[in-house]
Amino acid sequence: MSNLTDLTIAAALSGLEKGEFTARELTQAYVTEVEKGRALNAYTTETPEKALEMADAADAARRAGTAGPLSGIPLAIKDLFCTKDVLTTASSHILDGFKPPYESSVTANLWRDGAVMLGKVSLDEFAMGSSNETSFYGPVENPWRTTDGKSRVPGGSSGGSAAAVAAHLAAAATGTDTGGSIRQPASFCGLAGIKPTYGRCSRWGIIAFASSLDQAGPIARTVEDAAIMLRSMAGYDPKDSTSIDTPVPDYARALTGDIRGLRIGIPREYRMDGTPPEILDLWDRGIQWMKDAGAQIVDISLPHTKYALATYYIVAPAEASSNLARYDGVRYGLREQGGSLNQMYENTRGAGFGHEVQRRILIGTYVLSAGYYDAYYLKAQKVRTLIAQDFEQAFGKVDAILTPTAPCSAFSPGEKSADPISMYLNDVFTVPASLAGIPGMSVPAGVCGQGLPLGLQILGRPFEEETVLKVGHVIEQAAAFAGRPTAWWKEAA
Amino acid sequence: MSVDTKTVARIAHLARLKLPEEKLEPLAGELNQLLAWVEQLSEVNTDNVAPLTSVVHVKLPQRPDAVTDGDRRDDVLSNAPDAQNGFFAVPKVIE
Repeated sequence: MSNLTDLTIAAALSGLEKGEFTARELTQAYVTEVEKGRALNAYTTETPEKALEMADAADAARRAGTAGPLSGIPLAIKDLFCTKDVLTTASSHILDGFKPPYESSVTANLWRDGAVMLGKVSLDEFAMGSSNETSFYGPVENPWRTTDGKSRVPGGSSGGSAAAVAAHLAAAATGTDTGGSIRQPASFCGLAGIKPTYGRCSRWGIIAFASSLDQAGPIARTVEDAAIMLRSMAGYDPKDSTSIDTPVPDYARALTGDIRGLRIGIPREYRMDGTPPEILDLWDRGIQWMKDAGAQIVDISLPHTKYALATYYIVAPAEASSNLARYDGVRYGLREQGGSLNQMYENTRGAGFGHEVQRRILIGTYVLSAGYYDAYYLKAQKVRTLIAQDFEQAFGKVDAILTPTAPCSAFSPGEKSADPISMYLNDVFTVPASLAGIPGMSVPAGVCGQGLPLGLQILGRPFEEETVLKVGHVIEQAAAFAGRPTAWWKEAA
Repeated sequence: MSVDTKTVARIAHLARLKLPEEKLEPLAGELNQLLAWVEQLSEVNTDNVAPLTSVVHVKLPQRPDAVTDGDRRDDVLSNAPDAQNGFFAVPKVIE
């Protein structure tokens, strides 16, 4: 049973159902892979004992006929989700030793459905980053390397989630997406990742970055697995006032392969100057696959696209600066002593936050400060309205939108960290959908000249994740992306 | 609009962030670069555009004003760096 960790969630569920192996055997296989994969630095906390205990409970439930839709499936949890009595760090020094006395709603939903927790996986500090290089616990490495063996970043902020799933150190993982933090790492690591509609998954118990944008979603190896995961993660939660009370469909049933007659929008503004030809070629191939499957291609315009990133980098830091005000050394985490209360706050926050987080807190504080609020924050909120209206108008003409996920394949560690704007440009195709709150998915669709995965992005109307998944599934089938990274990390173990 | 080191120090104090002297200059540079970049938004005509406050079009849910939870002092204090006699302890505020 050496290759239990190669099974998709769908195949593993079927094997468990037929009794071909137990949840304990499956979990043990993953626990072993997690140990062998430490060179990737994907996990910040491993919980093998808890995993085996949960697996035994899943086996018992299956024997009793009470197995849930994810019973016995071993998952990695982004360390931004609070997990009861298990260290939760947001990859920040300031949360040293924090063990939440409560469980986030999304993870509670997963455990309700029988899933197994292998551990907590790394991220950019407080989910701020697009490369997973800003974690206090060190960078995560992408399991994929270039054909000539060079290291790459896994993307971010859900870089640990994507690396763990791509290296088969978990069957799937939770992620969160504020400006592209599920879709971009999924693209960089050859995986399917979906950010659902804002309000689809509860944000309760997820450490907040930018509350009007943050949304949880799955990162998985296939579109079907992402659909299975999302069904368990999603759902109304009275504890989150932005949670939407609407039924959760059985998403996997949407994957019919039939998109005949569906109208697919191609936004002309996404054909940006300087986009590498291989990204544009991939997009063209995607358009052809849509046509071959009987969909209708419609040219559309999203005129405010070019302003989305600048809008995002006012709105997100503004919200972050107020959300991160709670880390003051009083109630949890790090405390650095000081002569007065204010000095204690300042010393704690100065020592506890990394450079990128500090920079965003400063920007956010500045754009919200007296005299600048109207010029920056209010202006950005108005442009945000126009960006959301662009999508509303487009969805009057089309059922889904197809774009590239990122403007490049995974880049080298250190390549972009010196220049924040060049790092921020990674999210140029993902941020507009985040600002509008609509669902978006990345599906692996090809490889670049250096042998690294490339993704295509599908956007949909609010709460039409089924359409997004259906189109994603057709792209997945057409692309027949079968690549897998060579397991160099096992030699390092 | 250009941010100088004095402004960075002032914002840092507002944000309760202690920054070493030598970080002020580089941060002023980074903030200026970012502010110059977001300046492009001034091109957009936003006359008569309402600011977006929520992407979800629902009425904020309401619930009865009732206590539904409680008696969790020990949970609340369980992660405190300094808890004494059932309270969070902080440096002396009043002499």
